[in-house]
Amino acid sequence: MRDVAIIGVGCTEFGELWDKSFRELFVEAGVSAIEDANVQGGKIDALYVGNMSGGRFIEQEHLGALIADYSGLASLNVPSTRVEAACASGGLALRQGILAVASGYHDIVVAGGAEKMTDVGVETTTDALAAAADREWEGIMGATFPGLYAMIARLHMHKYGTTQEQLAAVAVKNHHNGTMNPKAQFQNEISIETVTNSLMVADPLRVFDCSPITDGASAVVIAPAEIAKKYCDTPVYVKASAQASGTISLHDRPDITTLDATVAAANWAYKMAKLKPKDISFAEVHDCFTIAEICAIEDLGFVKKGEGGPATESGMTALGGKVPINPSGGLKACGHPVGATGVKQAVEITLQLRGEAGKRQINGAKIGLTHNVGGSGGTAVVHIFGREK
Amino acid sequence: MSVPRFWRRLKNLYNLIGTHCEKCGRFFYPPRNMCPKCRRNGIVSPFKFKGSGVVVTYTIVHTSAKDYSKLTPYILAIIKLDEGPSLTSQVICDHSQICIGMRVRSAFRKLGEESDKGMIYYGTKFVPMEEKA
Repeated sequence: MRDVAIIGVGCTEFGELWDKSFRELFVEAGVSAIEDANVQGGKIDALYVGNMSGGRFIEQEHLGALIADYSGLASLNVPSTRVEAACASGGLALRQGILAVASGYHDIVVAGGAEKMTDVGVETTTDALAAAADREWEGIMGATFPGLYAMIARLHMHKYGTTQEQLAAVAVKNHHNGTMNPKAQFQNEISIETVTNSLMVADPLRVFDCSPITDGASAVVIAPAEIAKKYCDTPVYVKASAQASGTISLHDRPDITTLDATVAAANWAYKMAKLKPKDISFAEVHDCFTIAEICAIEDLGFVKKGEGGPATESGMTALGGKVPINPSGGLKACGHPVGATGVKQAVEITLQLRGEAGKRQINGAKIGLTHNVGGSGGTAVVHIFGREK
Repeated sequence: MSVPRFWRRLKNLYNLIGTHCEKCGRFFYPPRNMCPKCRRNGIVSPFKFKGSGVVVTYTIVHTSAKDYSKLTPYILAIIKLDEGPSLTSQVICDHSQICIGMRVRSAFRKLGEESDKGMIYYGTKFVPMEEKA
């Protein structure tokens, strides 16, 4: 296996982008990534496209070919593959790109993710997202995605004394970080009261505990580490890429407050990178709901099980804290175009490790981790990146 | 959900029939046709659950799922059946009454309908143990 590096990144703005189509979004992100890497189209050996539900959101399948065509790569016959793992589709597309380069099968690969969620009404969007859970045994009983995470939150509160305010602290922190990210869907500060007084979605989760419905795309260019410096002065090296499965239904999880897939993927990633949680400078984690970030920092080993709430409240995960979590604003403030999120996390890590993250720059960041979850934990993808090989 | 997809599950949804692995003794609801522990060595056969269990966790859903808007807000819960497996269902009781650890038992209820002339879905919901179904 070869060492692999990210040599270019690109991302569209995230938000309700009614004037842009799926293909326009992907091409915009892809072009900015290859311009960043200074790579010509003819050099691209393969494309991987993370997308959860094009069939529902834009009634279009065969997205690999669509993207190759509209990226001007169909005439070069560049192979293009769509990758799906619900909200972890982006992280998984990134992983497929890394595996393809690491194996020696391809040299220059573009891994991207895109989702266009606002071309359909909210009811269709909610129903499409519910397809990431078990339709026959959760969906038919009235389970919604916020409903499943609300049941995780309820049990976390019961077992560990986690409070509404601690959940809200996740959203407040991520909105604060989002104010410094010009691509974020929400760039406004909110208070604990904004969250705890907002509309109830699924008790105890309120609308400000939830990530929004978003359009957006992101892309990275991946190359073998030995040639990365030909393209880029500051390549970001992939130190670990890990993926794990857990039960698709929440009710089958041995501990409903623990995402086993996250624990497994994180353990493999730490082993692969020969690192421990304390070595991680900062992380972009999957905060689709506020409780998800609390479970993530526990399952990734940054705090002990049950201590995610107090750790967030104390500022440990804020910019300037011991382990800044979601410096980009996370899914909560950046928005969550499901197929794009996992790649956008890698874009943020790359910007931070290059020292190009602007006002939200973490000083001296050396090692960054991304954590992308599909469904209520059926899939987890963890990557670790570093400035050094 | 399409008619065939629902129809295939009628016996499970109406009568709380899951499966049992005769090799390792574990029970499954929702039913599985392969034991995740014994895998191909397992001997899996149908099993009818008593229907009593306990609330592991719950939520009150305010923004409803498709086909559930008329019932909103409703209690969604994970229930651990006494035989071992857990499932997702609704609990029918006063919203102030629901709590983690509450004993419940199964009840045959309407789950939803597609439209005035469409298919009506029935299945299992749960009620507090002391109440009549």
